[in-house]
Amino acid sequence: MSLLELKHVYKIYGDLHALDDVNLKVEKGEWVSIMGPSGSGKSTMMNIIGCMDKPSKGEVLLDGVDIAKESSKNLTLIRRDKIGLIFQQFHLVNYLSALENVMLAQYYHSVPDKEEAMQALERVGLADRARHLPSQLSGGEQQRVCVARALINYPEIILADEPTGNLDDKNEEIVVDLFHKLHAEGTTLIVVTHDPEVAEVAQRTVVLRHGKLEREVINENFTGTFQH
Amino acid sequence: MKKRKMFYRMVTASLMRRRSRMLIALLAVAIGATILSGLMTIYFDVPRQMGAQFRNYGANMIFTPAQEEFQQADLEQGISLIDPKELVGATPFRYESVRIHEQPLMAAATDMESVGKTSPYWSVDGEWPSVSRQAMVGKTIAENLNLSIGDQMTINYTPEDADEETPDNWIDCKVTAILNTGGSEEEYVYLSMEDMEDLTGVPGVIDLAEISVSATSEKLSSYVETINASVDSVRAELVKRVTASETSVLSKLQALVLLVTIIVLALTMICVATTMTAVVTERRQEIGLRKAIGASDASIMKEFMGESLLLGAIGGILGAIVGFVFAQVVSVNVFGSSISFRPLLAIITIIVSVLITALTCVLPIRSATRVDPALVLKGE
Ligand SMILES: Nc1ncnc2c1ncn2[C@@H]1O[C@H](COP(=O)(O)OP(=O)(O)O)[C@@H](O)[C@H]1O
Ligand SMILES: [Mg+2]
Repeated sequence: MSLLELKHVYKIYGDLHALDDVNLKVEKGEWVSIMGPSGSGKSTMMNIIGCMDKPSKGEVLLDGVDIAKESSKNLTLIRRDKIGLIFQQFHLVNYLSALENVMLAQYYHSVPDKEEAMQALERVGLADRARHLPSQLSGGEQQRVCVARALINYPEIILADEPTGNLDDKNEEIVVDLFHKLHAEGTTLIVVTHDPEVAEVAQRTVVLRHGKLEREVINENFTGTFQH
Repeated sequence: MKKRKMFYRMVTASLMRRRSRMLIALLAVAIGATILSGLMTIYFDVPRQMGAQFRNYGANMIFTPAQEEFQQADLEQGISLIDPKELVGATPFRYESVRIHEQPLMAAATDMESVGKTSPYWSVDGEWPSVSRQAMVGKTIAENLNLSIGDQMTINYTPEDADEETPDNWIDCKVTAILNTGGSEEEYVYLSMEDMEDLTGVPGVIDLAEISVSATSEKLSSYVETINASVDSVRAELVKRVTASETSVLSKLQALVLLVTIIVLALTMICVATTMTAVVTERRQEIGLRKAIGASDASIMKEFMGESLLLGAIGGILGAIVGFVFAQVVSVNVFGSSISFRPLLAIITIIVSVLITALTCVLPIRSATRVDPALVLKGE
């Protein structure tokens, strides 16, 4: 059984088919890139997989459970337990420190654990920025806090919607390196990106166009291990 | 770390680190609490204040002898039945016929210290008699006998059981003050109780006592009953006119203050609700984010409620303090007397602010839980 399976998924806004009969399977531990022009339905798909939205039609099986049929209350629980989210706008709570932002995810998941949150910040190389507020961090640092927050509860899937869209090359590299590490540890990654360089480090690239799955590319040069 | 600790930390961080935003909400609560606490203080202090104002017009209870006369001890027994906190003053009077410069007139012996309390409207030129053989004369007598401040005078007294042969008793007194009241008080010579005893040779007799008590008319009536029942030689009576009007004016004033308090509370609620709605709207993105990382509606509700309760408490504490100062200023300027701090009122103010803030925040917070994370986090 695949970890994630989309079967004939539609998302329809009025006349607009934001997703149009999408079928996709993602195995446990896989790293998948999603590409496509703006408005092709990438975020819509990520929101559905991330349990923040429901499809108009079709099945979305996560660990064998059809999340399209779950109540929004259950979706919150599933999201909390199984999914780590990373956004393009590095959303952080602006009055909480980096450390507190990471602990927030623990707080909603189970119990806050300062040591563990600190370790997560260490992993993203921000141990010395733990007490800084988001406004005192650079964009790249903020996004790394988001990565730390996404991985803190050991989610089954990390969903990243254009995580490097607002980053310079150096920070992009740091974030991509983090993805390598997470993948090496067995985390399933689904990363939306515009950037072919970011896309091709994944095992597989899925291309969306007008809400349809246009093509899938297996990346030949993927090695499966982190090399730098 | 405990969950509760993290909760507390988030709530305080939201208030402390978003200071400029929360200041407006805090101000709304604090101003409401200030006015509430100020008005409540005045509301409860008005009876005391107004009582003091009315007492300026004299005593509100008198003791007269049940038979001929009564003694100092009877007066003391009578006033011992009145709560010392409510007793403003008790002044004995003893009247005797005397002669000064061969003119017959009435001398009143009294307690020079307490007469000022029970008859505050007495206007005195010169110095109140303070040592023995000093006397105050009423304006009428001063004019008739041509007496002025600093004059010596001889007071003659004929004992009741005297026959032709016995010489008069007499004492020499110095006039230290002249009394102006516009009333019959001006027709007396005032001596100390001790000088009167020296003059007459009869100690401890009282003809009348004027008592000033700061209490409601019901309380006064009950005092009168108790005193009449337990002190045989004294007949206590209320000076009814003053106390009755005092009570009716009081209740009207209190009703007015109560009305203003209710209006202010309503305005505060509207103001806090508006501010909280703005705060929630401004934080839609944060709410969406919290939901995206796994917050349930209940925990969002709890966090915002926690913030508003803290806001209410801080606003309430500020309001209780500032409100007391406000009431103090009003009291000093309007009534000319200061008020004491009432801890209970402060606690009530804080509780009411917390409740009102919580109540007015319920709707905005409910709408906060309806934020769709997918919508607010979308941002290209
Ligand atoms: N809530 C919505 N209501 C109406 N149309 C929407 C909504 N969300 C997305 N869309 C439309 O769906 C299409 C896909 O959007 P999106 O998934 O955000 O694209 P992208 O691939 O750029 O992330 C777009 O045309 C967008 O305008
Ligand atoms: Mg998008």
